[in-house]
Amino acid sequence: MPQSAEKVLDHAPLFREPEYREMLARKGQSEGMPTAEETQRVADWTKSWEYREKNFERTSLTVNPAKACQPLGAVFVAAGFEKTLSFVHGSQGCVAYYRSHLSRHFKEPSSIVSSSMTEDAAVFGGLQNMIDGLANAYALYSPRMIAVSTTCMAEVIGDDLQAFITTSKQKGSVPEDFNVPYAHTPAFVGSHTTGYDNMLKGILENFWKGKEAKQGASINIIPGFDGYAVGNNRELKRILAEMGVEYTLVSDVADQFDTPSDGEFRMYDGGTTLEQTAEAINARATLSLQHYCTEKTLEYCGSFGQKTASLHYPLGVQGTDELLQTISDLSGKPIPESLEKERGRLIDAMADSQSWLHGKSYAIYGDPDFVYGMARFVLETGGEPRHCLATNGNKVWADKMRELFASSPFGANCEAYPGKDLWHMRSLLATEPTDFLIGNSYGKYLERDVNVPLIRLHFPVFDRHHHHRFPLWGYQGGLRVLTTLLDKIFDKIDIDTIEPGVTDYSYDLTR
Amino acid sequence: MTYDEEDSGYQNDGAFHQQLIADVLAAYPDKSRKRRQRHLSVAKPADEEAKTEGTLTECDVKSNIKSIPGVMTVRGCAYAGSKGVVWGPVKDMVHISHGPVGCGQYSWSQRRNYYIGKTGIDTFVTMQFTSDFQEKDIVFGGDKKLEKIIDEIDSLFPLAKGISIQSECPIGLIGDDIEAVSRKKHKETGKTIVPVRCEGFRGVSQSLGHHIANDAIRDWVFDKNEVHHEPGPYDVNVIGDYNIGGDAWSSRILLEEMGLRVVGNWSGDATLAEIERAPKAKLNLIHCYRSMNYICRHMEEKYGMPWIEYNFFGPSQIAMGLRKIAAFFDDTIKENAEKVIAKYQPLVDAVIAKYKPRLQGKKVMLYVGGLRPRHVVNAYEDLGMEIVGTGYEFAHGDDYQRTGHYVKDGTLIYDDVTSYELEKFIEGIRPDLVGSGIKEKYPVQKMGIPFRQMHSWDYSGPYHGYDGFAIFARDMDLAINNPVWGLFKAPWKKAA
Repeated sequence: MPQSAEKVLDHAPLFREPEYREMLARKGQSEGMPTAEETQRVADWTKSWEYREKNFERTSLTVNPAKACQPLGAVFVAAGFEKTLSFVHGSQGCVAYYRSHLSRHFKEPSSIVSSSMTEDAAVFGGLQNMIDGLANAYALYSPRMIAVSTTCMAEVIGDDLQAFITTSKQKGSVPEDFNVPYAHTPAFVGSHTTGYDNMLKGILENFWKGKEAKQGASINIIPGFDGYAVGNNRELKRILAEMGVEYTLVSDVADQFDTPSDGEFRMYDGGTTLEQTAEAINARATLSLQHYCTEKTLEYCGSFGQKTASLHYPLGVQGTDELLQTISDLSGKPIPESLEKERGRLIDAMADSQSWLHGKSYAIYGDPDFVYGMARFVLETGGEPRHCLATNGNKVWADKMRELFASSPFGANCEAYPGKDLWHMRSLLATEPTDFLIGNSYGKYLERDVNVPLIRLHFPVFDRHHHHRFPLWGYQGGLRVLTTLLDKIFDKIDIDTIEPGVTDYSYDLTR
Repeated sequence: MTYDEEDSGYQNDGAFHQQLIADVLAAYPDKSRKRRQRHLSVAKPADEEAKTEGTLTECDVKSNIKSIPGVMTVRGCAYAGSKGVVWGPVKDMVHISHGPVGCGQYSWSQRRNYYIGKTGIDTFVTMQFTSDFQEKDIVFGGDKKLEKIIDEIDSLFPLAKGISIQSECPIGLIGDDIEAVSRKKHKETGKTIVPVRCEGFRGVSQSLGHHIANDAIRDWVFDKNEVHHEPGPYDVNVIGDYNIGGDAWSSRILLEEMGLRVVGNWSGDATLAEIERAPKAKLNLIHCYRSMNYICRHMEEKYGMPWIEYNFFGPSQIAMGLRKIAAFFDDTIKENAEKVIAKYQPLVDAVIAKYKPRLQGKKVMLYVGGLRPRHVVNAYEDLGMEIVGTGYEFAHGDDYQRTGHYVKDGTLIYDDVTSYELEKFIEGIRPDLVGSGIKEKYPVQKMGIPFRQMHSWDYSGPYHGYDGFAIFARDMDLAINNPVWGLFKAPWKKAA
């Protein structure tokens, strides 16, 4: 008997015990599965160039995409405002999914309500669901603002959010002057980054529409959809304080997704206040840290006479240089010596480790801005970002990536893949392997299939804890990213040299 | 107290629970209060007649009706019930999340349905196949795209035994005819293709998705392909075990030790062949009654196959279950069942000896899905723990009736509980452990209350069977007796 009270075996060791191995072998005999030889033949074929070509001919099927749908971005950005409850109009199952998805990544609560539309609402529309839903959410959860977005069900039947919200207010669901910004966020258009953009624009419209801007000294900074927001936003705020810049972080989820354990469950914590959001109309400029999350929002900000600028996930040396220079330009504040010193320290670390980084090749996937920022840093280390893939990237992004590759000799063998998925990536790695893969937890299946070590630096990270608490942005974040790459590189060398008496002559103590 | 004290050893404070219910209802607007109050109740002693049939209490709440908008229901949708629960684990088929990208993305690899196979080659469970609907698919319809997708799957995944089409919300709204596509493509490819109308807006929860998924097995799998299978006298199907963390394996080993042959396991680690041959078995053993009773009833009507419910959580129920199953067969099997029970008794004794002193008297609140809100009750009680409250996301009346076989008088019962209610109940009761899902985990832990996810086994498991019980006991102990819970208050706050 394999199990005992002294040493309890759970799934991983338990099912490797002889009793279970025999049982599973017996089951295998009667499952009607292909023979081991047949499976091996097909497995080998899936790693061939022939398969790769066939795979890239796909026009309709998507397998293992690296993107989610609009409402996820909408509820994420809304979570960055003070005491704001997201209300997603449509089917309720979607909301269960967004909440689970965010909780699994942040290991934090995620509180969102649904209007729970069912078949009758599909026929008659969801007005009554909105009326009742807003009243209930307002009464039970005492928000200061309810941000309404939509599931694809409500979009297909064409529910009119503006009219519904107006009617709900007339019926007394929430007070007339209560803030209920909204955005249509159809899942069949764009991805979670589009939803971020749409909802953020909706929130700003709620406060700014019909108002005149009186330009002040402050600048708005929009972080974009970012699984590492807890660490990144705090690092960003530290940098801004160092520079003495007057700013508003427009949607700051850092505290909402990092509440303390002290006996109290805080459904809301931190975030951009509603007063700050209203006042943000008077900013002299708005800076987005993720261009592809904010295209419509920036255009809207620009319509109030604000200067606008956007970056692509400010990571690494030049990414941070650009961040600081842009903030300096927009705010008129110089870059302080303290940050210059931080820059020097990052460069120092990169120089110390350059021999281990030089010439390493990487595959990178994720949201378009992240992939750009990450690839740029890889180039700075003397690495080659060979396969850069964004399922939610477009042709404009791919061109931008190619410009980046062209800017460095290390970009010579690199290519960008917009609109492709992780099954495409599998073919790329099987035929043209890289030393490392940079992505999120889903990448572990690629690591298993093609034996390329995975470095987790992107949302979502389900199978490692607390990564999001530490920044990737800024020079400090650069140090963290650098160390993460190096740890994986050194771990790989150690794994490859650990066999006693065979390879351990290279199992060096000092590297 | 009026309830049967025979084996209870503890009692619940029904009056206090009634007060908690009154308190949470007070927060609702009138219309919603009226609707919610019918879902909240306190278990009352069963009448004498019911008691003689093993019923302890009556858990009288309304269930399986629409959730109220805006209250933060924990429920999911029909797609989750079909793709996420019933079909998704069938390992040698490709399951297309048909519609926009999100549903498949959020449910990708999240149910821990363990299986053996070469993923992407001969098995496909932990993959996300989606038609990734774009605006043009909504406007012009997705049937042509679906045809193309089936061709692409056929060419890139040639060892897939079949395909299921898991409809997301838009499919039913835009009038796509996925049944016609399925018939056409079945003719062309010869493979099993199963259209499932599990659009998320159908029904009121996951539950209708289970039902629709069951019906799809009936309509699109049974009696379609020739079945090559030599039936035996001890053939059984395990129905409604999704092999979460290996649950079906730690159950199967017991059934095999008894001398039974498990010819189908639905649907954890299942192959299409296991589903196709199921009607040739002697008996259906159903674990998750809620999600798969439909197909058992169908097999009973159509093929004359009997089915019985069993419970493999905790030694009391396992022994009862093994005997109940054995009673259906001859003396050899009955003797074997006794041998199995005897064989594992020392393990059970050792587990209880080790963990019961650490867990005795600890109060537990549960809020889960299909069967666990009642099925795990005795497993906790075997460890000396007490169930003070329980409820289901998507139960029907027959589930609550069955819950009365398990819970004590005064137990707080909550159907389709809202986050507001659950938080207030937990705050009021301050149990020693809450067992629920990922969405509940972190709010509860922030309150300083130990928590275990009882959908995914919190990434542990299996919890079924004797081997699983040891893990269950270990996990409840490590959740409750971790030192972190003692560190919540800063020392200078304690002094104040």
